[in-house]
Formats: sequence, C-alpha cells, structure tokens
Amino acid sequence: MSEREKAPAGGSATPAARRIAGSVVSGLLPPLVAVVAAMLATSVLIAAFGGSPGDFLQVIFSVPNDRVLLTIINQSAMLSISGIAAAIGFRMGLFNIGVEGQYIVGSCAGAFFAGSGLVAGPLNILATLVVAALAGAAYASIAGLLKVFRGVSEVISAIMLNYIALTMAGYLVTKYGQASGYTFTTERLPLDAQPLGFKIFADAPGDVWALSSLALILGIGYWFLIARTRFGFELRVTGASSTAALASGVNVKRMTLITMALSGAVAGLVWMPAYFGSVHTFGVPENFQAGLGFLGLAVALLGRNRTLGIFFAAALFAFLSGQSNNLQSAGIAKDVIDITQGTTVLAVVVAYEVVGRRRARSEAERVSRQLEAERAEVVAS
Amino acid sequence: MTTQHQGFSAEVARARTIRYTWWLAALAVIVVISTVRLYTGADRITAPGTLRAAIIGACPILLAGLGGLWAERAGIVNIGLEGQMLLGTWGAAFFAYHYGPLAGVLGAALMGLLGGLLHAIATVSFGVDHIISGVAINIVGLGAIGFLAKTTFDDLEGGGPRNLSGYSTPPEFTVPLVADGARSLADRNWFIISDVAGAIAGVTTRLSLLTVLTFVLVGVTAWVLWRTSFGLRLRSCGENPQAAETLGIDVYRYKYVAVLISGAFAGLGGAYLAMVASSSFTVGQTGGRGYIGLAAMIFGNWRPSGVLTGSLMFGYTDGISLLSNSGVLVHALLLLVAIGLAVFAVLKLRAAEKITAAVMAGLSIGAFVWYFSSDSVNTSFTGMTPYVVTLFVLAVFSQRLRMPAADGQQYRRGGAG
Repeated sequence: MSEREKAPAGGSATPAARRIAGSVVSGLLPPLVAVVAAMLATSVLIAAFGGSPGDFLQVIFSVPNDRVLLTIINQSAMLSISGIAAAIGFRMGLFNIGVEGQYIVGSCAGAFFAGSGLVAGPLNILATLVVAALAGAAYASIAGLLKVFRGVSEVISAIMLNYIALTMAGYLVTKYGQASGYTFTTERLPLDAQPLGFKIFADAPGDVWALSSLALILGIGYWFLIARTRFGFELRVTGASSTAALASGVNVKRMTLITMALSGAVAGLVWMPAYFGSVHTFGVPENFQAGLGFLGLAVALLGRNRTLGIFFAAALFAFLSGQSNNLQSAGIAKDVIDITQGTTVLAVVVAYEVVGRRRARSEAERVSRQLEAERAEVVAS
Repeated sequence: MTTQHQGFSAEVARARTIRYTWWLAALAVIVVISTVRLYTGADRITAPGTLRAAIIGACPILLAGLGGLWAERAGIVNIGLEGQMLLGTWGAAFFAYHYGPLAGVLGAALMGLLGGLLHAIATVSFGVDHIISGVAINIVGLGAIGFLAKTTFDDLEGGGPRNLSGYSTPPEFTVPLVADGARSLADRNWFIISDVAGAIAGVTTRLSLLTVLTFVLVGVTAWVLWRTSFGLRLRSCGENPQAAETLGIDVYRYKYVAVLISGAFAGLGGAYLAMVASSSFTVGQTGGRGYIGLAAMIFGNWRPSGVLTGSLMFGYTDGISLLSNSGVLVHALLLLVAIGLAVFAVLKLRAAEKITAAVMAGLSIGAFVWYFSSDSVNTSFTGMTPYVVTLFVLAVFSQRLRMPAADGQQYRRGGAG
C-alpha cells in the first residue's frame, strides 16, 4: 500500500506504472504477510507449550544441507504439478478437491502399467505417463459427469471418490501385486525404464529426479493454455461468470467436463517423478506419498493460480517440509510444519479477501469522487 | 366450515397413513433381514456383538454428522469436521489423563470448538471460501495434534510421541434383566424375534454413557433447530440470510454460534473415538470419519432423523469391518443390498422413472451375480461402503435432496436491499 501512495509523490510516475506497482504490492504483500503470520502463530504455539520458538526458527531458516536441498527440489516439483492440477479447476471456478484421489488412481494405474513392462525400454516412461494421465482424467470425469448431468457438487463427490480411490488402490495392490515383507507392492519398474537423474552438484548424495522436469513442462504448458489459447480464454470467462460465458456462446457443460478431465490428467502425473526417480514400485501406505493432493490445493491458492506463483508456493512448502526433518533434533515434532502450512493458506486467503475488499471500496470511492466532480463541472457551466 | 373440517380430517388421515406405511416398511425391512440371515446362515448379521460394534461405529459418525448439520443449517459448509474431530481426540486424552473422564469429554468439545472458532472467523468474519478454510483446518488439525502429542504425551506413563493410554473413560453399564433376557432370546436364532432381541441386547449391554449422550444429542438437535425460535432464526440464516437480516436477526452471531456448536460436536465425536471406540489415543485415529459424518448428513438430506439413519448404516459397515472373519458377513449383506436395489427398482418403475429403474435393476442383478459367484467379500469394500452409498444417493436422488438454500454462499452484513 505504501508504494502506491509514494508513487504520485514522485510526480513522474504514469498512471499505468502506478497501477502495476499497486498490483505488485497487492499481489505480493498478502502471501508475504501470510507466511510471516503463520510462522508467528507457530512460534507462539511452540512457546505456549514450553518449547523454544528460537530453536524452531533457527532450524527452519538454516542453510539446508545437500540431501535436504535435493528433497526440496524434488518435492517442489511434485507439489507444483499438484498445484497446477488444482489451479486448472480453480480458474474455472471448479473446486477439484479430488486431486488427492486422482493422483492415487494415476499413480496406481501408472505403476501397474510400468511394472508390467508391456512397453520395453525408455518408451515405457512415455507410455506410463499417458496411462497415468488417462487414469487420472477418467477418475476426475466421474465427478465431472455427476456435476454436469446430475447437479452433484464436485466437492462432495470428489471427497467420496478420494476415499474410494485409496481403498481401491490398496485392494488392487493386495490382489494383483506381489508380497514384499508384510506389505504388497506392484511389480518393480524394469531397469531399462529407469531414467537417470540430474546430478546438480559434484558428489551429491542423490539426484534431482529426471521427471521433476515435468513440473517445468507442465507449468509452461499451463501458462500457454490459460493465457494464449481460445480454450484458456473461455475457461477464464466461465470462471469469472458462467452465466456471461453461457450468454456469449460458451458451452459451459462441455467446458466443465473437459476442465475436470484436464485437471485430473495433470493430477494423475503428480507422483510420477518419485516413481521413476526413486521408488520404482507402488503400494499403500509404505511405497507412496499420500497428501500431496491436498497440499496442491494449498499451493494453488498461495500462488494465485499463476505458473510462477505456483512454483514459488511449491518451493516454499517443500522448503518448510524439508527443513522440518531436522526439527526432531531440536525436540520439536516435525508435524508442527503442517500447522505453519495450514495457517499460511488460511492467512493468505484472508489477506486476499481483505485486500480485495479494500480495493473495491477505494475504487467505489474514486468513481463517486469522479462523478461528483463531473456533476460539479456541469453545474458550473 | 364443513368442507374445511373434512379437509382437516383428510389430512390427519393421510398423516396417519404415512406413519402406518413407515411402520409397515420398517417391519418389511426386519423380515427381509431375518430371512436373509436364515437363508445365508450368517447368524452374526444381527448378533448382539455385531450390533454393539455397529453402535460404537455409528456414534462418532453421528456426532460428526450432527456437527455438519448445525453448521450447514446456518449456511456454513464445514469440511473442517475431520480436523476438529482430530483436535477432539487429543483433548479427550489430555484432559481425561489429568482430570478424569468428564473433563476429557468437555476438553474434547472445547478443542473441537476452537477448531470451529477458527472456521467461523475465516468464513463468517472474513468471507473466505468455506471449502478452502475447511481444508486448511484439516491440515492444521492433523499437524496440531501431532505436535501436541509429542509435546504433552511423550514423558507421561503410558504415553509416547504419537499415542497415550491409561486414562479413565466414561462409565459403562448394562441394563439389568433386559440385556440378559434379550441375549438369551437372540441366541435361539428364531425368525424375527431373535433379530429384534439381538438389537436390544446389543444396545443394552455395556452401554457407555457417552453413547447415551450421543443419542440424546440427536433429539436435542432436532428439538432446538425445529421447535424453538432460536432454531428457526438459525435456519433462516442458512436459507436466506438477507431476509433474516431485514427481520433484525444478527446473522453473524447465529452463524458463529452454529459453527462453534458444530466444532464442539465434532470434538465430541473425537472424544468418542479416543474414549469409547478405543481406550487409547493415537495420532490420526479418526481415519476420515469426519468426512463420513458429512456423507451421513448429505445422505440424511440435512435432517437429524436422516443423519441418524445414515450414521447407523455407515456405522454398521464400519463396525463389522473390525470383526474377525467379516468377509462372510459382508457377503451375506451383499444379498441384502441386491434385494434392496430390486425393491427400489420396482418402486421407481411404478413411479414411471424408467431410466432410474433400469439402472437400479442393472445394479441389483450385478449384486446378485456377485453374491452367487463368490463366497466372501474382501473387507476393503466394507470400508468403502459409506462413500459408495453416498455417491449413489447423490447420483440417483439428487433431485430429492434439498440442502439449505444459501448453504456455502458468502454473506456480508448489509448485503440486503
């Protein structure tokens, strides 16, 4: 806010520059405030239960070691994909809370397919990605179809589908997978389909997974789709006002189906970097990372559904999670970082709401001032 | 005057017929269940132990469902039930360990209420999207109890970084005479009589006070929301807050109260899990029951009696999945489902809804085929039942369901006129 006030004082700033500065401030300030508020709230909670907030902040803001750094990079890639999946829905006003279920289904289908070795060699990777995306899309389409043809809220049906997905995946792996110790997993990924990772620095303790690059590709694809295509335009229009979209000839029902399927397709890919990069098999709960779907919603919200914002938010969440692994040594449960993440989301939506209301009010005031001035002119002449 | 009188008595007669029909339907259901039991030989379908497990499975779902009902009747969607329930499990364990079972129950309600307060501040005061706030609360809730458990239970006797046991729980009692009599009848395996006796024995044996409280709360909820002026005003905030505002109702206050009560109910559900369903606390022991509560509420068409029905049904499936060798039991239930679907198909056909009837008939045949081509059903499917049933109900009866008109919508003071 302060920059916006300063700009006219400088005198030379054009209205356009002022507007850009204003939108930068109102775009960046809320997430920043939210993160600070969430860290503060977490610190207060730790202090309230006799812990040391100083230790907490010191661990979180320490320089990550090589291993943690790799974790952060890989996790932020998966969170970005999940965030993009959620954002596709959000941009059209669809709350795809089913990202969680869709990526379970995508992961399960993909792992079964890849493990079977139906396609030999590196082509297996490509084919598996297609299978995973299709599985996610198909699963999301259940919610889409129910919404379009039966008027069922996509939130409610997706919550049900999330649980069905988890149970079904567990059942399928037990029934058609193989026993490994006490748990069941899918067949291991054949060696010739295991891509090499990126060694980003010498004698690193691991790789940046090859398919973490998927996040970049999908991010750019998402930006292009939303900002540069007719489909993206119609999607945004429908999100802004479905009645206006309908009036201007957009087939809202079809858009809903496609968007839901698209969101599900991306969701189906969320876990693929980890699968090809290090896990190489699928089994709940040991050989799977649950919860990325819900965090993806948070990442999309924090990143305001913009590609760069999503990347930034995913990096932040991955950073917090990665650093929290060292909290144990400070005698603080690492779960505490969930509080920080949840509070960040809550704080950022509240902050956006407050900024939005303030802007609406100031705009209304400006308009009424202008009208008044014009009326005064008319009266004077 | 006479016509009016006649109209009135016709209405009374119709009401009587409807009630009569309900009793007849209930009787028919019992007859079918009993027949299926005798036919399949799965006597455990209505054994006292099974029904006791069903009640214990139903209560947390019921409390969560009632919590959802309170919030949604005031127009606030509370997806955060799961997180509030989680907070409740910790509250129950912590306060019961240090101050006794009563404090445990109250502490759980208080923790749930705090979760509700967070939701109310975000959704009512700041107008944040209800779903977003709920998702965030679920993330925070799980993190909070993980942190709290490590901080407060690790050094206790019987405690660990993620669990606690050794606290006292609410007293249990067995209704004298009735329980024993019903149990001996239930063991005879008589047609119908033993099934009803099994239900009675299951309800009257080792009954926890918290179970009694849960069922009392169903009545209290129904009475307060539909028989008091407070309830009428609260519901008006969920149907049309602008109209409520023009009538001088402080909509924000009613929404706050509703969401706080909602959180407290969810917290009680957590207490039930940590004190009755099990006697120890573990991080994350709700296992999605907050969401099942939400499902029960939708299944029950946003009405207390419906929530009760849904919870009992979901609780039954939840309860039997914990019994040993439940695959055979579930297999017998499959036959029940098949018959139920067939009945629905016939009813729909008579109501001239041909497509729905065809879908129902198809599903019914599928269930019959499944039943006759297998001996046992994997228990994974039992755990899935609530979600599948709710999806099914939403898909088939979505036109019949009626949620509060302004449910989930943002409301800002001064929006009217």
